[in-house]
Amino acid sequence: MTGNVAPLGRRGTGRGRLGWNLLGLLVFATAGFPVYWMLNTALKPARDAIDPDPLFFPRTFTPENFARAFEVADFWGPVGRSLAVSLVVVLIGITVGMLAALAISRFAFRGRKVVIVGILAVQMVPLVAMIIPVFLLLNDLGQYDRLTGLIITYLTFVLPFTVWTLRGFIVNIPKELEEAAMVDGCTRTGAFVRVVLPLLAPGMVATSVYAFIQAWNEYLYALMLMSQQNQTATVWLGNFTTKHGTEYAPMMAGATMMAVPVVILFLLVQRRMAAGLTAGAVKG
Amino acid sequence: MPWALLAPCLLVLLLVLGYPLTRLVALSFQKFEQPQLWGFQQPEQVGLANFTRILGDGEFWAVVVRTVLFAGGAVTLTMVLGMLTALLLQRVSGWVKVLVNIALVAGWGMPVIVATAIFKWLFDTDYGVLNWLLSRLPGVDMIGHNWFAGGPQGLAVIMLLVVWGAVPFVAITLGAGLTQVPRELEEAARLDGAGSWGVFRYVTLPVLKPIIVMLTTLSVIWDMGVFPQVFVMRNGHPEAEFQLLTTYSYDKAFVVNDYGGGSAIALVTVVLLLGVVAVYMRQMLRIGEVG
Repeated sequence: MTGNVAPLGRRGTGRGRLGWNLLGLLVFATAGFPVYWMLNTALKPARDAIDPDPLFFPRTFTPENFARAFEVADFWGPVGRSLAVSLVVVLIGITVGMLAALAISRFAFRGRKVVIVGILAVQMVPLVAMIIPVFLLLNDLGQYDRLTGLIITYLTFVLPFTVWTLRGFIVNIPKELEEAAMVDGCTRTGAFVRVVLPLLAPGMVATSVYAFIQAWNEYLYALMLMSQQNQTATVWLGNFTTKHGTEYAPMMAGATMMAVPVVILFLLVQRRMAAGLTAGAVKG
Repeated sequence: MPWALLAPCLLVLLLVLGYPLTRLVALSFQKFEQPQLWGFQQPEQVGLANFTRILGDGEFWAVVVRTVLFAGGAVTLTMVLGMLTALLLQRVSGWVKVLVNIALVAGWGMPVIVATAIFKWLFDTDYGVLNWLLSRLPGVDMIGHNWFAGGPQGLAVIMLLVVWGAVPFVAITLGAGLTQVPRELEEAARLDGAGSWGVFRYVTLPVLKPIIVMLTTLSVIWDMGVFPQVFVMRNGHPEAEFQLLTTYSYDKAFVVNDYGGGSAIALVTVVLLLGVVAVYMRQMLRIGEVG
């Protein structure tokens, strides 16, 4: 440990930085390798993928694995279902979460602490502990194998998350701005809509994207609560086997199609998310 | 006013969490198997029978120990590697930082199921690139090596997968925290004769402590809840030596159709987590008070 912290004193000097850069490149190569290998396998001809002497740089690029991934099983069905579920979950999560976040960040009231503890506590319950009663509940309600059932269950983890992160973004907006607007004649709601909401918009977008990704990535509930005909994208990929066993090249093509849009969305919002998640953590 | 704003949220949470949680507790005291599921029989109250059966089962304790070791290892690795990466990123040139950040974010955003599929492929017995790469090393022959032949080695691979997906969040969050460590404090410590380790130990760590506590607790909660990684890696049927509390509870409920027993295991898991949660709650409450 000590060795890695050593050059703090000579930050920026040429010799020290070269070593750190090399180490950084090593981290880049290691951390990035699985992603590279996915793209590499997805893009090279399937017969090259199962070469015992793997090609590090594909000689030829081919879309054939992607075509095969569509062919193996209905790809758009699961993706469409995942999209629908995730979008509805985000819509409900953001609307309901926003109201709650406002309550705990802008109002002092009796029981506020209890509410905060409650919302945090539910994040602790592991999904797998809930799956048995949720399964039985949806079974009783006739919501087993229905997208609405899945949407309801996804709110268990998306809602506490949106409340907590939106709270982080709201507390970063000075109360004085609202107060000033109210002095100038705005109502409380008016001040919120005209002053806070525009400032909050980027945070809301980031939270939505993040919540969307959480719902999109969920596996366990989707596996348990939906039948094979109604599976979502994650379950589709998890079940990716053909008559010939697991064909890794098309599987990596499927993985690429599922991951690339998500990773791009993620790249766009991650900086803001890190800021929102830790809002108040250090300053406090 | 605040309660009106909170009402929809509390209502939803009560419905989607309150009810199932109550049901979970109730189930763990019931005999609930296939006939009860189909509604042919009423669930029968059995008192503590599920718990005594499970706690008296040697296999259960083996699973508990395995889960704690697995989660402990994964959390330690994640936190140490995350901290080292965050510190490293402060020291590299801008373009290296950009490259590392891209790799980190790609790993972070990667859906767990996709990451699992990739690792399955990397560690494939016959065509996995890892066996090939390792065999390039002098004196090493890993061609045809099956990483999943035994529990410890297979779980080590799964731990690697979990850590790979978890380090980015920790590194990036700690990185954000590091930028908030006051420079003057570091300078002052250095003037007082502190070495780099001293500065890290007595200035950086205390400032970052709230974030570290938060990240560690979250990691414990997530790593105790690892499911798809094991489940998919073992093609939906984890062997005995791969079972963690999550998959074990799942198997009890949905494979053996012992919903009461499965619920009892899930409840024990929740109780195990409570100790960790207490620490986390104190920290988060302190943060919540800031707003």
